[in-house]
Amino acid sequence: MSDLNKLTIADARDKLRAGDVTSQDLTTACLGAVEGSGVLNAFVHNTPEIAMAQAAAADARLQSGDAPAMCGIPIGVKDLFCTKAVPSQAGSAILAGFRPEYESTVTQNLFDAGSVMLGKLNMDEFAMGSSNETSVYGDVISPWRRENDTARLTPGGSSGGSASAVAADLCLAATGTDTGGSIRQPAAFTGIVGIKPTYGRCSRWGVVAFASSLDQAGPITKSVRDAAIMLEAMCSHDEKDSTSADIAVPNFEAALSGDIKGKKIGIPKEYRMDGMPDEIEKLWADGTAMMRDAGAEIVDISLPHTKYALPAYYVIAPAEASSNLARYDGVRYGHRAKLAEGDGITEMYEKTRAQGFGPEVKRRVMIGTYVLSAGFYDAYYNRARRVRALIKKDFEDVFAQGIDAILTPATPSAAFGLGEMADADPVQMYLNDVFTVTVNLAGLPGISVPAGLDKQGLPLGLQLIGRPWEEGDLLNAAYVMERAAGFVSKPAKWW
Amino acid sequence: MSIDTKTAAHVAKLARIKVETSELPALAQDFSAILGFIEQLNEVDVDGVEPMVSVTPMRLKRRQDVVTDGNIQDKVLANAPDAREGFFAVPKVVE
Repeated sequence: MSDLNKLTIADARDKLRAGDVTSQDLTTACLGAVEGSGVLNAFVHNTPEIAMAQAAAADARLQSGDAPAMCGIPIGVKDLFCTKAVPSQAGSAILAGFRPEYESTVTQNLFDAGSVMLGKLNMDEFAMGSSNETSVYGDVISPWRRENDTARLTPGGSSGGSASAVAADLCLAATGTDTGGSIRQPAAFTGIVGIKPTYGRCSRWGVVAFASSLDQAGPITKSVRDAAIMLEAMCSHDEKDSTSADIAVPNFEAALSGDIKGKKIGIPKEYRMDGMPDEIEKLWADGTAMMRDAGAEIVDISLPHTKYALPAYYVIAPAEASSNLARYDGVRYGHRAKLAEGDGITEMYEKTRAQGFGPEVKRRVMIGTYVLSAGFYDAYYNRARRVRALIKKDFEDVFAQGIDAILTPATPSAAFGLGEMADADPVQMYLNDVFTVTVNLAGLPGISVPAGLDKQGLPLGLQLIGRPWEEGDLLNAAYVMERAAGFVSKPAKWW
Repeated sequence: MSIDTKTAAHVAKLARIKVETSELPALAQDFSAILGFIEQLNEVDVDGVEPMVSVTPMRLKRRQDVVTDGNIQDKVLANAPDAREGFFAVPKVVE
């Protein structure tokens, strides 16, 4: 059977269980696709031996009849996840050569469910970026191109390798992480699905930390059903993460009834930004109509502090990053600079970090250092945390009014060309996250669903935001949207 | 708010990142742009609002204060750039 790499998780699961294919067939097909995809630069550490061994084990498990949904499914793993004995660099030179002695909880959960790891996926350095241009491995290239144009486009970021790999059918699905939009924005840019669950659903243990109060792992998949299946396998309560929620993980796939009659979908007026492209405006209106046609009640809502989410994020995330990244000191793991005669420990720190961190990471670590420094802590950091409380309250207020989910655009534009933002100031790049970052600040679940193409033939996504811990309902609303939008476009293979 | 090169150099020092003098003006300019963007937060009335500590209201779990792990010295040191005789090795700290 050809093109096994193009299957969804749900279809592959059914074929595996029926004995129509083996995990080794699927894995071989994906490894072949990965091999032919070098130009995309999505996979950066391939693990074919691990993959084939896991596939053989999965086939044995399938034969014995004890096979969870993810059993035998070949996936890619974002480089941010620590994977035992496999390079885990977070896209940074400072972790060159690092091979963890342990497995992250999320990847362990996936392996326990029988998933097959094809390799590690490219990403923005320490997940800091929106275009996958800050990686030590180089840019990731999107499989999508504008019509009649061969310009290389960004797959988005920071989970750009994950998005590019799934959109190009190199794997059936991939793990991602999302601190300000890093799952949802790349999914939107590449015409696939990405969900960030409620803060605390997925253990952060073994995931290289960026901003601990915002970071969450989640799946990047080809369909909403796949997102439900894979998310369930990733989630768990974990004693090794003190913020991991001690609540049961429901069967998310079972929540996909396709029925949202009577549900209240909020449309927040503050997300109607000045200068928003007409195509995004239209996409949003079309999505609203789809939800109405499906029987949902559309309600205009207000989230008054939306405008302040990005500036609050760009205080809180760098502040946490500056603390988290203090561990990269050249002592315990990763890169250490060569020292000159007479250099002491301070020079070792300063040179190691100057060589090991890229420009965007340095910038954010230093901004974080500044906003936490004596005299500015209250003015910046504490003020941002107060504003964050107000942003969260905005959402609590609308949920208290009975709103079940909130519909917004996922991104302010379609994917842009690699290098197009090179001369812009850093804030211009940060604006990519304008619709997604509120969700991280409030700790809510959010999902991006492909909903249309722009006039140049590039995918556009819509975002649904759910109540905390109600990923099942959120996935169901996304499932309705997915079916109504009927998005089936795929990038034409050029790589 | 405008950040001068002296402040940029001070922040780089605090962050333990070596920045060449020639790079400071561009860095200061980036800081000024980002902090200028952040200044918007001053428009928000935050009187009486507590700074958020945890996005999910939860009481952090406690456990018995006992050793649960250990005897993995080789694993702890496995990735060190310089490990000697069971220790992390660094340049001389105390003269």
